[in-house]
Amino acid sequence: MTMTAPARKGHFGFNMNAVGIIGAAIILFWMVVAIAAPWISPYPVGQIVDFDYYGPISSQFWFGTDYLGRDMLSRVLMGARYTVGISLASVTIACFVGVTLGMIAAVIGGWFDAILSRFLDALNSIPSLMFGLVVVAAVGSSISVLVLTIAVLYAPGSYRFARALAVNVNAMDFVTVARARGEGTIYTIREEIFPNIIGPVLADFGLRFVFIVLLLSGLSFLGLGVQPPNADWGALVRENIGGLSFGAPAVIVPSIAIASLTISVNMLIDNLPRRIRDKSE
Amino acid sequence: MNALVARLVAKRLGIMLISLLIIAFAVFFATELLPGDVAEILLGQSATPEAVAGLRKAMNLDQPAFLRFLSWLGGLLTGDLGRSYANNREVADLLAGRLANSLELAFVTTLFSVPIALTLGITAAMFRGSTYDRFVSVFTVSVISIPEFMVATLAVLIFAVYLKWLPALSVANDVQGIGELLRIYAMPVITLSFVVSAQMIRMTRAAVIDTLDTAYVEMALLKGASRRRIVLRHALPNALGPIVNAMALSLSYLLGGVIIVETIFNYPGVAKLMVDAVSTRDLPLIQSCAMIFCVSYLLLILIADLVAILANPRLRNQ
Repeated sequence: MTMTAPARKGHFGFNMNAVGIIGAAIILFWMVVAIAAPWISPYPVGQIVDFDYYGPISSQFWFGTDYLGRDMLSRVLMGARYTVGISLASVTIACFVGVTLGMIAAVIGGWFDAILSRFLDALNSIPSLMFGLVVVAAVGSSISVLVLTIAVLYAPGSYRFARALAVNVNAMDFVTVARARGEGTIYTIREEIFPNIIGPVLADFGLRFVFIVLLLSGLSFLGLGVQPPNADWGALVRENIGGLSFGAPAVIVPSIAIASLTISVNMLIDNLPRRIRDKSE
Repeated sequence: MNALVARLVAKRLGIMLISLLIIAFAVFFATELLPGDVAEILLGQSATPEAVAGLRKAMNLDQPAFLRFLSWLGGLLTGDLGRSYANNREVADLLAGRLANSLELAFVTTLFSVPIALTLGITAAMFRGSTYDRFVSVFTVSVISIPEFMVATLAVLIFAVYLKWLPALSVANDVQGIGELLRIYAMPVITLSFVVSAQMIRMTRAAVIDTLDTAYVEMALLKGASRRRIVLRHALPNALGPIVNAMALSLSYLLGGVIIVETIFNYPGVAKLMVDAVSTRDLPLIQSCAMIFCVSYLLLILIADLVAILANPRLRNQ
């Protein structure tokens, strides 16, 4: 048994270790890139700037050039916009819908809860990549279709998670007190349940974001995600897969970009302040 | 006791059937909502109004969608999967060979990844907090958080480009001898094993560590049993249920991974068939492939549930 040192308070009222801070920094970096992409790209995204295709890393083209001779750095920076943007939009919708329904189901209970849980469990048992394939086959691929499909796929998991947490909170005395006071369902959810599950829900939000980035990249890699001439990171790997056999930077760089984003989200979540993490276990 | 277990099993089966029905419904209507008339697409250049009307009648497309759903469902149950739009062959014929290929791939992957994952997961739990444990954790988190195609890409880079040990594509046409067979399977199996075993290692480690925190393990520690004995004799038997459960769940993850891996290595399996069917918009084929994936997924989940019930008597009283 070792004694744990008393936690040192950081700037935000809790301290975080170095690994978590590095994770957060990388996430922040990609977010800034996603917003600022058009202004910081060294070359126009669609323009062929090099006569050589699959060009190597050089001082002129930091990440080499792609299969048409376009600047890879610009394309990766612009790809951040699609990968981060679409994933963030989907995860926000999925978690908003899932958490709201989950809390309502936990508070109301009864038939509403039973039917909703059954239905969403069934939805949850569809392999996500496969469902994506079917939908894209049916209605074609556009950014709004992608966002909605992915949101539908990940809302059930979020519902399940939030409901399980909310059921526990719902059984606590202060909720009973609120009910006895005569507070309505909406008040109970907003003021009593939600503040008590927000920490774990945020951690879940991050994990789900990682899954979505992976799913989106997978779809794009299969040619079913973001359509040319636009490209997210998965699509960039697909476009340049021909350069794989001689190890072109054009196929490696976007892969590294995906990995850096997903791994740093994991790093951040694993090292979240104890105050938030404890509740999620 | 047995009657109770039987009732639980029956309940799980019932839930699975209901899920299957909902999935069939979703798959059918997702693909039926396709914009554009199937008959028109099929006829292409020769789509005169009369020909389209004739074909629609022949394909029963003039009936309401719900009736077509029922007849499609009936066909599924009796093994009649319909005809492919693209080459007018029986879907069942197209699927048969591909399904065997995919199952082989899954089987070989399981054979490789399960023992490796078990060993790594249990030893990591045994030496919790050590450098070895930390190394395994970092490795598994990294593999889980990168896309499957990147694992495949790295495998190609390492084994085919730099080491030149293996071919980058698997062409299953001219297989001569066991050596050739191994070379063909190697790349897809390596990739899938990596992806699947990362999940399994994590879950196995968590399951063993959960049991290590119990009172009876502390008791074993206090009476002076060695770490090896504590883990293998006291903790492991109790963690078996969750571990088998974790295996089944991880293997269900194979289903997603297999789509990417079959595509990237050009492996002639069901997933490749489905991706190709998506690009030609061959609806009956897509629907059948989707149902195969969902059924196998649900079967694995069912096995996981059943094992959990059988392994843990406390779950039987729910």
